[in-house]
Amino acid sequence: MSNPRKKRLLAVTAAAAVTALGLAACSGSSGGSNNAATTTTAAFDAANGKIFNPSDKKGGTITMADEGEPDSTDPGDSYYGYTWDLMRLYGRGLVMFDVAPGDGSSKLSGDLADGLGKPSENAKTWTYKLKSGLKFEDGTAITSKDIKYAITRTLDKDIFPDAPTYFDDLLAWPADYKGAYKSKGVDVKSAIDTPDDSTIIFHLKNSFSGFDYLMTTSQAYPVPEAKDTGAKYKEHPISSGPYMFATYEAGKKFTLKRNPNWDAATDPQRKALPDGYEYSMNVNQDDIDNRIIAGDLDIHVTGTGVTPATQGKVLSDPNLKARADNPTLARLWYTSIPTTVAPLDNKDCRMAIMYAMDRTAYQTAYGGAFAGGAIATSLMPPLIPGSLKKDFYPSQDNKGDLTKAKEALTKCGKPDGFEITMAFRNERPKEKALAEAFQQQLAKVGIKVTPKGFAKKDYFSTYAGNPPYVKANNIGLAANGWGADWNDGYGFLAQIVDSRVIRETGGSSNISVRMPEVDKLIDQAAVETDNAKREALYGQIDTLVMDNAVIYPGVWAKALLVRGKTLTNVFVNQAYGMYDYTSLGKQ
Amino acid sequence: MTVPPTEVATPQTDALETEGPDSPKAIEGRSLTQIAWRRLKRDKVAMAGAAVLIFLILVAIFAPLIVKFLGHPPDEFHQDLVDTEMGTLGPKGAWGGISWDYLFGVEPVNGRDLFSRVVYGSRISLLIAFLATLLSVIIGSTLGIIAGYAGGWVDAVISRAMDVFLAFPLLVFAIALAGVVPDNAFGLQGNTLRVVMLVFIIGFFNWPYIGRIIRGQTLSLREREFVDAARSLGARTPRILARELLPNLVAPILVYSTLLIPSNVLFEAALSFLGVGIQPPTPSWGGMLSDAVTFYTMPHFMLFPGLAIFFTVLAFNLFGDGLRDAFDPRGR
Repeated sequence: MSNPRKKRLLAVTAAAAVTALGLAACSGSSGGSNNAATTTTAAFDAANGKIFNPSDKKGGTITMADEGEPDSTDPGDSYYGYTWDLMRLYGRGLVMFDVAPGDGSSKLSGDLADGLGKPSENAKTWTYKLKSGLKFEDGTAITSKDIKYAITRTLDKDIFPDAPTYFDDLLAWPADYKGAYKSKGVDVKSAIDTPDDSTIIFHLKNSFSGFDYLMTTSQAYPVPEAKDTGAKYKEHPISSGPYMFATYEAGKKFTLKRNPNWDAATDPQRKALPDGYEYSMNVNQDDIDNRIIAGDLDIHVTGTGVTPATQGKVLSDPNLKARADNPTLARLWYTSIPTTVAPLDNKDCRMAIMYAMDRTAYQTAYGGAFAGGAIATSLMPPLIPGSLKKDFYPSQDNKGDLTKAKEALTKCGKPDGFEITMAFRNERPKEKALAEAFQQQLAKVGIKVTPKGFAKKDYFSTYAGNPPYVKANNIGLAANGWGADWNDGYGFLAQIVDSRVIRETGGSSNISVRMPEVDKLIDQAAVETDNAKREALYGQIDTLVMDNAVIYPGVWAKALLVRGKTLTNVFVNQAYGMYDYTSLGKQ
Repeated sequence: MTVPPTEVATPQTDALETEGPDSPKAIEGRSLTQIAWRRLKRDKVAMAGAAVLIFLILVAIFAPLIVKFLGHPPDEFHQDLVDTEMGTLGPKGAWGGISWDYLFGVEPVNGRDLFSRVVYGSRISLLIAFLATLLSVIIGSTLGIIAGYAGGWVDAVISRAMDVFLAFPLLVFAIALAGVVPDNAFGLQGNTLRVVMLVFIIGFFNWPYIGRIIRGQTLSLREREFVDAARSLGARTPRILARELLPNLVAPILVYSTLLIPSNVLFEAALSFLGVGIQPPTPSWGGMLSDAVTFYTMPHFMLFPGLAIFFTVLAFNLFGDGLRDAFDPRGR
């Protein structure tokens, strides 16, 4: 994946996990933050797992800056974690992650709906009931038809290229249905049925118990058909949340003001403290960091953490460090070891790499323990249920075990080592540092690594993700990374270990895992109804991949965030891996 | 053959200028080269530039030896010297970890010895700059002489070609070309291919600067008596070009190639800075600067490769200026 937590999980494999996931169990609409731990002492990680500076004081404007631009401000056309976090300010879905620090956000509650979805026996049909008294910013009532319309319009990928394709793939659309614009007037009852204004029923092709998760995404926020302006809707999406668009200048800035028709009584989760938000785009990131430190800016909106220069400044100054938080993300930075490249078709040769590499060098290349992440010993990050707590290739102080690596090399018939190329993305200094680290460390056992950089935009389509190119160019190592769409084994593993997503024409994030046993386990896990058993299956997949040494797990990512100087009510929402943007207030 | 052309060009007044009154020998003629050398020796600034240049070239040639005694292998990691406990990843110790063991300190993140990398970086920078200049000089002087001597449509074609090359958006083209050149081409691979490609890009597109000067010089020289004399004695064109004109063009060629080298050093640094130069981990000054940008709070990282480029360019320019003055005192 190429972007900060850009999500690309796909339900092609769609066989459905009739997961338990405690769906029915956690109905609820209680604002999870009420009984959470709080603190007013500025300290490192004070807003990670706790609410820092709790307050109910209203007023003020929160300023945010983005070093680039969001893919879109239209909720139907966005696929970033940070936009999903942000769009909750001006949009509401049927379901949302509880707004709470720590593990609290792993729980789901009804948002527009009065509770979670009610699945049919086989989880192929899902029914939601809307709360009463819901209104758009113009005062018209929000009905189930507006949600149906919102989903049907995002099927048009010519106009909304960024939206994920979950709904396209999962719902039982009529044959040849092309979305609300191109197939205007077509009855979509087979996929989404709205028997009355407050009821909406989804019909799925296959059972899928994770459907409530989908309802948290911005793609399912209601859109009034009468006000839809297609590709221009992003300039003023009609708000269903506490804030609405005041101004919009493409590529520069937009501002939000209070939505007078939002009723707090229907929305216990959003605090709506400030009077407005100001969002600047295309701001230099060093500038963003410096302004946050100085107090001129409140939030670095993409939540990717500070630049290396700021990192040094923040960590070495105790006063600044007390303003920083260091949340763990559901993301793994790893290195693929393609088995199509000789001699890496031999497991022992791959094991030599697993043993020889210095994990601390990997961690340091990615920015160290704070900005880089924790040393990974298997694939699934600790945030994901079922993640393993086993070290498959232990070594003293994680510095690599050269003796065992030598043994493995002898076993694979290459006692003097071999030569491979390592692919990385030119635009990413961390990956370049990693390639140099691999070269240094593997040279100690005779494996000669030649680092080679590629353009980021063609990395998967033409180079590292293109199997014939990998084979022809001897790419035995490829820097890679993956973040989960949501924190469960399916969302994390499906795209990176399923060999069926590999395309010979290129484009897949799975560069190296071609194991039929793993494919079989993925299918098995997708239909496993028991929570514990399913998590165990994902653990089994993880174990198989690790035992076969086809992925070198690097670090489980962390981000180093700095809190704005005058913010109240700050905490990290684990569902998004960054500050919760609906709760912030100003001193 | 007629009078040697170099003596023809000798200005008579200068020949006497440096003779001491108590010279035991009779007054004798000096070649232009000898005179220029005498003048150059008296130019302190140019000689200082030359000393720095010789030093730099020696450093580049003996880089492995220097690093063996004063540094560490340039690609070797020393992450124990980097602050991983606090997490800043900056070098431990003041001034970027400068010590007797690490004369220029260490890089952040991987802790490589900056001194060794700057020393090794001189090899890439100077190698590419010299070879590229050589290529420019060969193409430029050949085409310049031909254009100047032949005149007519040959001159017109070559001169227009020069205009086209001078108007070419070189940097943009270089970035595009360096991006599409594959890993293996022309039987070369890896960094050898990159060096050849950089030499080609920089050298091939810079020849008109030399070419124009040579053309102009040739235009004035071809009307001189000694050329007419050679022609009337039946010398063929190639002989006139090689034996009569070329020796008289050595001075401008030498001067302008000395001035072209620093601009090529800068151009190579710019390309490496933009990521289209040498592949990592081979050190090059431009590449080091590019790495240093993300760590602007640790100025030592940027300072040393920056100073290396600065001194190289300055030394070449001072020496080149001195050389020009020595060959052509009227140009002062």
